[in-house]
Amino acid sequence: MKKISRKGLLILAAGLAAFPWLAKVVPGLGSYPEVMIYAGIYSLITMGLSVLVGFAGQISLGHAAFFGIGAYASAVGTATYNLDPWLCLILGALLSLLVALAIGVPTLKLKGHYLAMATLAFGIIVFIIFNEEVDITGGPDGLSRIPGLSLFGLKLNTTMSYFYFVWTVVLLVFWFCANLLESRIGRAFRAVHGSEVAAMAMGINISSHKVQAFVLSAVLASLAGSLYVHYINFINPSTCNLFFSVKLIIMIVMGGTHSLWGAILGAVLITFLSNVWLHAFQEWEVLIYGAVLLIIVIFLPDGLAGLPEKIKGWAGRGQPGKAS
Amino acid sequence: MSQMILEVKGLTKRFGGLMALTEVEFGVQAGVVKSVIGPNGAGKTTMFNLITGIFPPTEGSINFRGQSLHGLAPHRIASLGISRTFQTVELFGDMSVLENVMVGQHCRSRGSLLAAGLRLPSVRRTEKAITDKAMELLEFVGLAEHAGEPAASLPLGDQKVLEIARGLATEPGLICLDEPAGGLNEQETQELSRLIRAILGRGVTVLLVEHDMPLVMGISDEIVVLNFGQKIAEGTPRQIQQDPTVIAAYLGEEEDDA
Repeated sequence: MKKISRKGLLILAAGLAAFPWLAKVVPGLGSYPEVMIYAGIYSLITMGLSVLVGFAGQISLGHAAFFGIGAYASAVGTATYNLDPWLCLILGALLSLLVALAIGVPTLKLKGHYLAMATLAFGIIVFIIFNEEVDITGGPDGLSRIPGLSLFGLKLNTTMSYFYFVWTVVLLVFWFCANLLESRIGRAFRAVHGSEVAAMAMGINISSHKVQAFVLSAVLASLAGSLYVHYINFINPSTCNLFFSVKLIIMIVMGGTHSLWGAILGAVLITFLSNVWLHAFQEWEVLIYGAVLLIIVIFLPDGLAGLPEKIKGWAGRGQPGKAS
Repeated sequence: MSQMILEVKGLTKRFGGLMALTEVEFGVQAGVVKSVIGPNGAGKTTMFNLITGIFPPTEGSINFRGQSLHGLAPHRIASLGISRTFQTVELFGDMSVLENVMVGQHCRSRGSLLAAGLRLPSVRRTEKAITDKAMELLEFVGLAEHAGEPAASLPLGDQKVLEIARGLATEPGLICLDEPAGGLNEQETQELSRLIRAILGRGVTVLLVEHDMPLVMGISDEIVVLNFGQKIAEGTPRQIQQDPTVIAAYLGEEEDDA
């Protein structure tokens, strides 16, 4: 793996810093900063999923549930019990960690795609709990009047402030995941993905590493859920349904599972497609997702993040290759 | 007499009705090259898989440096100091040559996921040490100039050598080489022979499964011969070459009534 570029991170940060101002000036982009907040929140989940799916080679079809656990922990804790939002965020993350351990430890000892099946079932169970436990979750109506966040006495109650806050978190998580992937643990993830039998022979405890990747991705999804409810101030079960889990997988496949950049790219693209660009298509939207996904899987197996390499490959054909 | 690094006693493996290994016994002295030979299906790779813990023996025991390996997971056995290569190359193809060897250092390094993500100073030091060790091993096997290339892009001979470097990165006391000369040409096989000698020079004992008889006879201190899962002979290359049972097993002089 080439070193994940930190320079790109700086460029992204600069672009993001200018984005809200740009959106104000350019006509027609007025709603874009708000959409970017959601894109940023989803990026937190897709980066975790990228580590899990793209690097450790395990599939989860239930990450909407971890998003939901974080969201409801924050919603119930703050709106019902008046607890500190940051405390609730941490409690939600801890709960997700424990739940992920409870699912991951038994299933990841088995060979095969048992995690996908277990998380699929888990997602459905959690969705039912959110719907049925009316006293706690408010049932299908959900919970409203969830307070906003404030940081060091600064209220994050405007689109602008929340935009900067969320994307700062995204950049920090990117940095964390990039460090991780370039460490011995990241190499162990990729080794397990590449050849389990060889990874074992090199002294890697494969189930422990699969569990670690799964837990990390669950905690990040939970964090995203907490940030989501404190922005939108409302949560109901349909936000964390099975289709959302699938949509998250579509995001990373579209962006490219092997790349953290792809994770962000996929989250941003799908968020804009479903919130802005494909709004006119209404129920045909799903069909277009399907078509886009099909095209990408067939022509760009490494996702959009693999496009530059591919173009380089086409352009560089016949020329002497540079040593990387 | 030097010490036994590996002792195999009464080793039996049954797959359903098939006896892959029956009551096999032998020992490997520290600091030698011991080869396991036998016709196809004799149970050689099965034995490697038992020694490295891929699956448990039906009966019998394997002791490494006096410690029983009974019930230990493969990664624990690797940490104890048994490493291996594979008959069909099992490299991490999308990782670079260097990274493949770095993976071998996994069980000789420490550091939590949290520390790695935050890139604490201890993690940087560990990463530096791992990289240095891996580069040293690539120089040792002669692949240093390919360090940055994807492992899958190497020719087969180099891939086999890279597996050896990766295996050595776990800092083993014993390395099990499963047909390292398979698919190599004559020149590459000679280089391999030199490499195996050099591995001994690093204080690593070699257990070799190989079909290339000139290589086996030239390099082994001792040979065990398996046939249909049973040990039929054990001794020096000279003794093995003159053993009538071995000759019969390889050339099929004696008609078997079964």
